[in-house]
Amino acid sequence: MFKKILIANRGEIACRVIKTARRMGIATVAVYSDADADALHVRMADEAVHIGPPPANQSYIVIDRIMAAIRETGAEAVHPGYGFLSENPKFAEALEAEGVAFIGPPRGAIEAMGDKITSKKLAAEAGVSTVPGYMGLIGDADEAVKISREIGYPVMIKASAGGGGKGMRIAWNDAEAREGFQSSKNEAASSFGDDRIFIEKFVTQPRHIEIQVLADSHGTCLWLNERECSIQRRNQKVIEEAPSPFLDAATRKAMGEQACALAQAVGYASAGTVEFIVDGAKNFYFLEMNTRLQVEHPVTELITGIDLVEQMIRVAAGERLSFGQTDLGINGWAIESRLYAEDPYRNFLPSIGRLTRYRPPAEMAGPDLAVRNDTGVYEGGEIQMYYDPMIAKLCTWAPTRGAAIEAMRVALDTFEVEGIGHNLPFLSAVMDHDRFVSGEITTAFIAEEYPEGFEGVTLDEAALRRVAASAAAMHRVAEIRRTRVSGRMDNHERKVGRDWVVSLGGNAYPVAIDAEPGAATVTFADGARHRVEGDWVPGMSLASMRVDGAPLVMKVGKIPGGFRLRTRGAEIKATVRTPRVAELAALMPEKLPPDTSRLLLCPMPGLIVKIDVAAGDEVQEGQALCTVEAMKMENILRAERKGVVARVNASTGDSLGVDEVIMEFE
Amino acid sequence: MVEILKELERRRAGARAGGGEKRVAAQHAKGKLTARERIEVLLDEGSFEEFDTFVTHRTTDFDMAEQKFPGDGVVTGWGTINGRQVYVFSQDFTVLGGSVSETHGAKICKIMDMALQNGAPVIGLNDSGGARIQEGVGSLAAYGEVFQRNIAASAVIPQISVIMGPCAGGAVYSPAMTDFIFMVKDSSYMFVTGPDVVKTVTNEVVTAEELGGASTHTRRSSVADGAFENDVEALSEIRRLVDFLPLSNRDIPPVRPFYDDPNRVEESLDSLIPKNANTPYDMKELILKIADEGDFYEIQEDYAKNIITGFIRLEGSTVGVVANQPMVLAGVLDIDSSRKAARFVRFCDAFGIPILTLVDVPGFLPGTSQEYGGVIKHGAKLLFAYGEATVPKVTVITRKAYGGAYDVMASKHLGADINYAWPTAEIAVMGAKGAVEILYRSDLGDADRIGDRTRDYETNFANPFKAAERGFIDEVIQPRSTRRRVARAFAALRRKRKALPWKKHDNLPL
Repeated sequence: MFKKILIANRGEIACRVIKTARRMGIATVAVYSDADADALHVRMADEAVHIGPPPANQSYIVIDRIMAAIRETGAEAVHPGYGFLSENPKFAEALEAEGVAFIGPPRGAIEAMGDKITSKKLAAEAGVSTVPGYMGLIGDADEAVKISREIGYPVMIKASAGGGGKGMRIAWNDAEAREGFQSSKNEAASSFGDDRIFIEKFVTQPRHIEIQVLADSHGTCLWLNERECSIQRRNQKVIEEAPSPFLDAATRKAMGEQACALAQAVGYASAGTVEFIVDGAKNFYFLEMNTRLQVEHPVTELITGIDLVEQMIRVAAGERLSFGQTDLGINGWAIESRLYAEDPYRNFLPSIGRLTRYRPPAEMAGPDLAVRNDTGVYEGGEIQMYYDPMIAKLCTWAPTRGAAIEAMRVALDTFEVEGIGHNLPFLSAVMDHDRFVSGEITTAFIAEEYPEGFEGVTLDEAALRRVAASAAAMHRVAEIRRTRVSGRMDNHERKVGRDWVVSLGGNAYPVAIDAEPGAATVTFADGARHRVEGDWVPGMSLASMRVDGAPLVMKVGKIPGGFRLRTRGAEIKATVRTPRVAELAALMPEKLPPDTSRLLLCPMPGLIVKIDVAAGDEVQEGQALCTVEAMKMENILRAERKGVVARVNASTGDSLGVDEVIMEFE
Repeated sequence: MVEILKELERRRAGARAGGGEKRVAAQHAKGKLTARERIEVLLDEGSFEEFDTFVTHRTTDFDMAEQKFPGDGVVTGWGTINGRQVYVFSQDFTVLGGSVSETHGAKICKIMDMALQNGAPVIGLNDSGGARIQEGVGSLAAYGEVFQRNIAASAVIPQISVIMGPCAGGAVYSPAMTDFIFMVKDSSYMFVTGPDVVKTVTNEVVTAEELGGASTHTRRSSVADGAFENDVEALSEIRRLVDFLPLSNRDIPPVRPFYDDPNRVEESLDSLIPKNANTPYDMKELILKIADEGDFYEIQEDYAKNIITGFIRLEGSTVGVVANQPMVLAGVLDIDSSRKAARFVRFCDAFGIPILTLVDVPGFLPGTSQEYGGVIKHGAKLLFAYGEATVPKVTVITRKAYGGAYDVMASKHLGADINYAWPTAEIAVMGAKGAVEILYRSDLGDADRIGDRTRDYETNFANPFKAAERGFIDEVIQPRSTRRRVARAFAALRRKRKALPWKKHDNLPL
C-alpha cells in the first residue's frame, strides 16, 4: 500500500479523500493556490504545497505544478478528485512517466471515455443505444446553428471536456444556438483549457440515472447500483438519491450489466460512473461515462457500505476487489443535497463572501439514521469567485425514502450558513414538494415546478400554527428574562402575562400560554392546543423545538419587535405582542418597499464584461442587456419587459456589488 | 358619595377622550397612535401613573376659554419598563395640535423635576404643532422652562426623545439637548424653520420630509440617533434601549441574566483580518461575536458609518462600543465620525457605562473640506472625550492604529485601562509606504531599494510588538479569545474609581 498520496484537488473532495487516506494510515499531501492558503483541505492534510495563483488554469490544472509538488513531497500516488485534472489523459501520462500511481482508471480508459464524442462512438459500437447528436467538432457559430437545425431544436450544446453544468447550454432557436455556442466555448476554455464543443438532441422529460461501477486491474468489474440525479438546475445536479425511486430490479440489473460491459470494453479499473437518460417507459440511453469519482458518490457509499475512495486507492495499488457482485445489495435509502453558494432569490446567482457562520448538522451513523456532511469550508472561511460554488454535500440515510427525506428536512433546518447567499431554502422547498416526495421526477423538475425561479416557501396553515406556537413560547422566555433586569422597583415588577397575539407576516394568532419548565401549552382562539417543548433561550440562533412531539427546527434572528424565523425554506417575520399592543399595531400603515422596477440592479458581486445597450435604446423583453461574470460563469442579464434605456451607470470592466445600479429605464 | 365617585370616572373618561373621536380617527388615519396609546406600548402593561389629568390652560384671549381640554395637550406621569421606573410625557396632537401652552409646559417640567429628584429617565414623545400662538410669550416661557430642565438633567438622568409627528421651531431645542433622539419614518419631521419660511427667505423649494424627515436627520444632519418604521416599532425599540441604560448617574448600568458563555471562543475571528491590508472587513461581525447573545443596539447607524457606536452586554451588563469600520472610508476618522463617537463616549462616561473600543484606523481624513470644516477641533472632541472618560476603558487594536488616530482611539496614553492588540495589529506612525517615502526620500527613484525598505518597515514596525515592548499594549491576544479577554478585563475593572481634578466644568473644544 502507498505510504503517501497527493490529492490534486481542493474543497470538499480533497477533504473527503484525506479522511479515508488517514483512516488507511496513508500520509496526505494537499496542493493549494494563493486563494486557498487557509482552506480546509490544506489544514487537514499532513503536508501542503503551494502551486500557484488563484485561477485554476494557473494552479490546479497545471500538470507541471502538480508534478513538482509530487517530486517535492515524494508522494507515491495521486488522487485527482473530480474536475480539474481528474479526466485529463495528459496528466495520467505525466504520472506514468515518473512512475507515480494514478488513483483512477488507466489512461486508455480516460482517453476513450473522457472525450464525449469518442465515448459515444465507442458506446454505439458496444451496442448501447445513444441519444442522437452530432459527434464531430464544431468550428464556428454558423456551423453550430446549421447542425442544431439538422438535429432539430431543442439541442444541447456541450463542452467536450465539460461536466457539472459548466460549458453547457440548451438552445431552442438559432439565436440561442449562436449565443450558447459562444458562451460554452468561452467557459470551456477558461474552465477546462479545452474549448471543443459538440451538439446533441436535447431529450425532454428524461430522468438522469447513473450506474456506479468499480473495477480492479484483475478483470473484475462490479456495479454498485444506481443514483438518481434528476433534480438538476441548468444541468447542474442539486439533489441526488440512491437507489432511484423509479427503477425496478430488472432494469437496474440490465443497466448495471451494460455499464460493466462498457467499462470492461475499455479496460476500466477504478471507480467510474456510467450516466444514462431514462425515459418514462424505462428505456435507457447511454449518455457518457465519467472516469472519476463522482460528486454524488456518498449516496452510493451510504446504501452499499463501500468506501469508494478506499477501493480506488486499493485498486490503484494493484489489489483485487475483496467482494463480488452478490455481496452488493441496497441497504436503505440515501439522499444528498448540494449546498451551493448561490442565491435562490436572485435566480441562483453565485454569491461570494465570508462565512460569518457555518454550522452544519452533527454527523452521525445510527441504525435508523445517518447524517453525513462532506464539506470543504469552515466558519470564518471565504467563498471565492475562482472555483465551483458548491460548498457542502449534506447526506441523510434512513431505512426508507420517506424517513431519509424527513431526516433531510430536519438536517437542512439545522444547517446554519450566514454571510453568503445559499440555496438551503430551495433544498428545503424541494424536500417538501409533493412531486419530489412522490418520486415522479424528471430532469425538468426544477424548470417545471419553479418556472419563475424560486420565490420562497409559504407554509401551510398547520405549519404556521406550529411556528406561531413556538414563537409565542420563545417570546415568553425572552420577556421573562427581560423582567429580571437589575434596578427594578421592588414590589412593582412586571408580570409577564398569559395572553399574546402572534403575528406571522399577515396572519395574527391570538394565543394563551400555560408554561411549565421546558415546555408550554399554547392554546389558540379556536381552542386548539399545541404542546411546545424546547430548551431555547435568548441568543440561540437555532431553536430545536418539538411541537406536539414532532420536531420543528428554526433559525432565529432578531428584527425590531420580534424574530426572524427560517424553517422548511420559509422565512417568517414573527412578532409576539400583548393583545392591546397587537390591536394598536394593527393601526400601523403597511409600507411598501421602494420601487426598483425601473432599475437593473447587479444581482451578485461580479465583473461587468459586456454591456449590450446604450442610453436611448429601445429594448425588447428578453433582450440581453449586459453580461456579469461571477465565479467564472457568464450571466446574461435580460430585459424583463419592453422599455427604453434612460441611463447606463456602469461600464465594462467595472466590479460591482449586489444591488448596485447597472442601468436605469425610462 | 357614589355620585362623586362617578363624577371622577366621568371626568377621567373625558380626559382620555383627548381631542375627540374625529381627531383621534384623523391621527390614526395618518398612521399615528394617540398620546395615551403610545404610552400603553411604551410602558409595562398597567404601570402608567398619570399626573395632572385635569390641568387646563387659563388663557382667555382669542376665545380660548371655550377651547379647554383636560390635560391641555400632553399626557404626563411615570410607569415602568420591565419593572424599572421611567417618567414620560406624551404630547397629544388631537388636543389643539399638541401645541405648547404655559400649563402644558408646566406639566412637562413637573415630571422632569420628579425624574431628576428621584433618579429615573425621562422619555418624551413629541407630537406637537409648536408654540400655542394664542398664549404668546407664555408659551415661549414654557419652552424656556423645559430647556432649563433639560440642561439641569443632562448627564444626571438619561433623557430620550422620540419624534412622532411635527417638531418645529423652538420646540426642536428640547429634544436637541436630550441624550437620544429617535424618529418615526414618514410621519415625523424636525426643523427650525419650515419649508414655507425657507422658500420666502432663501428661495429654496424643499418638502418637509426632505428638510427634516427621518432620513435627513439620521443620514445627513446626525440630529437623530435612529429611525423606526412606525410608532409601535419605535416604542418597543425604546423599551429595548432603556434595558441598556442606568436609571441615573447614581446607579450602576443594569445587569440582567445572560445565556451566553463569557468564555465562548470564536475561531472564525482568527480569519477576520484579510491577508491584504487594504481589503476591508466588517467590524460589526467582531462586535456581534464579542457581545452577549450577539445583541447590539446601534446608535447613529446611518451616519458617519466609518465609525460604529452602540451598546452591547458582557456578562449581562451594559458596555458601550466604539469601533472603526474598515468597510466605510477604510475606517478613517473625520469630522463626522469624530463628533459622533465623541458624543457617544461622553454619554457612556456620564452614566458610568464602560467603553470598549475596537481600533482599525488608518488616520485622519486629509483634504481641504476637512481642514476648512475644522477637523482639528472636531477630532479634538473625540480625543478630549476619551481622555476625560473615567469609566472602565478596554481597547482592542485589530489592525491599523496609525499616527495621531492611534492616540485618539482610547490609547494607553489617554487613560485606557486595558489595551489589547491582535497579532495582526500595526501600530505605527503611518503605513509602510508613506513612511518609507519620507524616511528614504533619496531612494525614491530606485524601486528595488524602496521595495526592500518597505518590507523592512513592515517587518519591524507594522506589528503590535513594538508597542507591546513599551507596555502601551498590555497583551497581544488571539482573535478567537477576544470575547473572553474583554469580558475578563471589564470584570476586573468593576470596582474602578478614578476622579478628575475639581473643575466647574471642562472646556471641550465645541
